[in-house]
Amino acid sequence: MLRNPQSAILNPQLRGSMDWGQLWTIVSAPDNVPIVAMLFLVPFFLWMGFKQAKANDRLIEELEADPKLAKTHHRKTLPWKPHWARELHVWPYLLRIEFLAVIIVTVVLFVWSITLNAPLEEPSNPNLTMNPSKAPWYFLGLQEMLVYFDPWIAGVVMPSLILVGLMAFPYVDSNPLGSGYYSWKQRRIAVGSFMVGFIMWISLIFIGTFIRGPGWVWFWPGQTWDHNVQLYEINRDLPDIFGITGQPWKGLFGLIVVGLFYVVAGLIIHVIITWTKFDKKIFQRTTLLQYLVFQFFAITILVSMPVKLLLRLGFRIKYVMVTPWFNI
Amino acid sequence: MEPDKPDTPKVTSSTGVAVTDEAPPSFKENVREELDLLKKKVQKDAVLEEVEALKDPTRSQIYKSMFRVKHEPTPRARSLGVLTNVFLHLHPAKINRDAVRFSYTWGMGGITFYLFIVLTFTGILLMFYYHPSKGQAFQDIIYLENDVPFGKLLRNMHRWGAHLMVITTWLHMLRVVLTGSYKTPREFNWSVGVVLLVLTLLLSFTGYLLPDDQLGFWAVTVGTNMARATPGLGHEGPFGAQLGMTPYNDVRFALLGGSIVDANALLRSYIWHCIAIPVIVSVLLAVHFWRVRKDGGISGPAPVQLESEMRAAGARAVKQQVK
Repeated sequence: MLRNPQSAILNPQLRGSMDWGQLWTIVSAPDNVPIVAMLFLVPFFLWMGFKQAKANDRLIEELEADPKLAKTHHRKTLPWKPHWARELHVWPYLLRIEFLAVIIVTVVLFVWSITLNAPLEEPSNPNLTMNPSKAPWYFLGLQEMLVYFDPWIAGVVMPSLILVGLMAFPYVDSNPLGSGYYSWKQRRIAVGSFMVGFIMWISLIFIGTFIRGPGWVWFWPGQTWDHNVQLYEINRDLPDIFGITGQPWKGLFGLIVVGLFYVVAGLIIHVIITWTKFDKKIFQRTTLLQYLVFQFFAITILVSMPVKLLLRLGFRIKYVMVTPWFNI
Repeated sequence: MEPDKPDTPKVTSSTGVAVTDEAPPSFKENVREELDLLKKKVQKDAVLEEVEALKDPTRSQIYKSMFRVKHEPTPRARSLGVLTNVFLHLHPAKINRDAVRFSYTWGMGGITFYLFIVLTFTGILLMFYYHPSKGQAFQDIIYLENDVPFGKLLRNMHRWGAHLMVITTWLHMLRVVLTGSYKTPREFNWSVGVVLLVLTLLLSFTGYLLPDDQLGFWAVTVGTNMARATPGLGHEGPFGAQLGMTPYNDVRFALLGGSIVDANALLRSYIWHCIAIPVIVSVLLAVHFWRVRKDGGISGPAPVQLESEMRAAGARAVKQQVK
């Protein structure tokens, strides 16, 4: 049977009937339990965090409007009476919680380990390729990135940039407010940009786990994995679409496009991070170095990834820039 | 036995009877005296008293020698109980009353550390049954799963504990971002945390190959194939060939100890997984925890700061009215 799962991305009508068995096989695979759990844990903790952020934001608004109250208020949404001690003894008030947490985690781990067995396949055999051959779930985001970028970007440069970007995060966040409490309104840019990256990472893992089948072909959840699927997809390079052939023109054209992308994305990011009056105030405090570093990582990681995904899946564009040494 | 030239004119025996130079107690007298003392000790009242004292082990010398501090609900004892204990001294004596709330920290950092301990423990047990050599490794897993008492449970706990640790590490990071806990003075500790996150992933990944089954073999093959493409350092990466990289001298070769995933890769994986990375992680954990304390303890829940109290651009600190 010849099918074209790739076009199903744009045309959901092409989907066949639901294959619940296939879906269950994927969801119930013991190694996929963590990512299934993440799909519940992340929204739960986000809800818990943002609920507190909302309460704090309301309190901040109240105190900003009433400077007198701000002088006397204990400045937390948590209950407080003046005669209460501000600090508690670690023994026993913290230690008992830690003890309880240890017991709960131990019980969870025991139950998990008794009910589900760690997978063990056949002995390793270099002559028999696993299909699909998937990395552990936490690296599936990187493996999924291989679809959109060449290995040197997806496997080496991107992960390194993500790590360096994460380490740089506190140093480029010039907003002095919001240290030690949940808040959204005071930290929209920092929290927002991290959330974009975090959710993108989880989404890529989701795609890699639930959607990619044999041959790393796109199968919708519930679509039967077809090991003999043939794809009629022709991926083109952007310069070819514009009729540009031969070097160095392809490379130069790509360089211009990538440059334009950085300029346009940078402008959009600039507009977003200086949108409100408060954001402008924070922007004033930002040094040039902080600003440029933030822009670089925001464009290179947060914007280029979804843009390339769209180009590849939506427009079948493989490379934007083609040079004799490397392609982007 | 008897002192022939006592310097002190008067010696008091343990019974309180003055012993003088003129009448040194004879050997017989000494024995009788000591027998009397023993008799006193085995009298019912005395024995009962001693038994009574044993009922409260915290008053025993053994307990005191171990814990040094009396266990009682006084502020002093509670503080010293934490400060004089090597395992508990990671904690301060007292903390912010709101910091114990689950809703603030989610407990994820602590749970991650606990999982690291669980994994070290189960990992050491697993090492007793495992040889990192091709052919033997897979047989060891089969043996572990089918013949070793609780072997399967042990392996499952190690596997799922590792996955759980990856999850808790990510959630810990998410919490730190949402609460702005990476801000001054905690920037450096955040960076240490990022390195620990990477090491957690690497620990998990290096462990993946060890059963030497198809799953691990191909996951590691796919993973290390990416290293071929390292710019400048991999033979398929940009400028790799131009810089003289071949499959036999590039970064992938260094990782695998060969050009294919084979016996050397298994051994390297084993050493990284069981020794090298855990040692590095332990050191960085010490730094991480130390810095948590030195940077002022847990970040909150702190009193909210107001925009109107923000100092002029250039000043870092926020004027705080409430501490």
